[in-house]
Amino acid sequence: MTIRVKLFAAARDAAGKPEVTVELADGATIAQVREALLAAVPRLQPIARHARWAVDSEFVPDDHVLAPASEIALIPPVSGG
Amino acid sequence: MIRLTREPIDTAAMLSQATSPAAGAVVLFLGTTRELTAGRRTVTLDYEAYDAMAERKLTELEAEARRRWPVIECMIVHRLGRVPLGEASVAIAVSTPHRADAFAAGQWLIDTLKQDVPIWKCEHWADGTSEWVHPGMCEPGGPTAR
Repeated sequence: MTIRVKLFAAARDAAGKPEVTVELADGATIAQVREALLAAVPRLQPIARHARWAVDSEFVPDDHVLAPASEIALIPPVSGG
Repeated sequence: MIRLTREPIDTAAMLSQATSPAAGAVVLFLGTTRELTAGRRTVTLDYEAYDAMAERKLTELEAEARRRWPVIECMIVHRLGRVPLGEASVAIAVSTPHRADAFAAGQWLIDTLKQDVPIWKCEHWADGTSEWVHPGMCEPGGPTAR
């Protein structure tokens, strides 16, 4: 399945775009998305080390299994307020 | 009530809406753009959000505050885009029957917002550099001259 990862803040700057697309097998986990993302954009390494992952606007653990058409986002440490 | 806005926050309106005959206490917290941080001078801050998730998280924050305290009104407004010195990036108004709960709820709301809501600020320093603020990271890409 085609997985689009939304990027924000320093992650978007590091990748040079607001979204990165990776191809993974059905039933892929967030851990596999991370691996694929970092292979595609190694500059995201330092950020990914500290970032959380969100699927459909909820934080998820690494072993979360993705459904097709999920909205996935890399969430670097937040700094609102 | 929660809101993301690109306009200056109308804090007087928030206070007015939070005030109610049922409330003995109304607390308004403003997070404002501060000029000095660890000896460096800020010119301005820029905020961005993962809008859909930020709205969901803010909604959850209000719901949790209402579960923990006898909240009468709760308003959380976060501003996005450029927020100049001295202006508010975030405003939280909460009213409760007694003041201990209003202070406690207000404190909890801003503390938790700062941990879990996907909003990020970019510091524009007086020396011409700028960098995203990502607490806990050391120099992810370093400051970038603009």
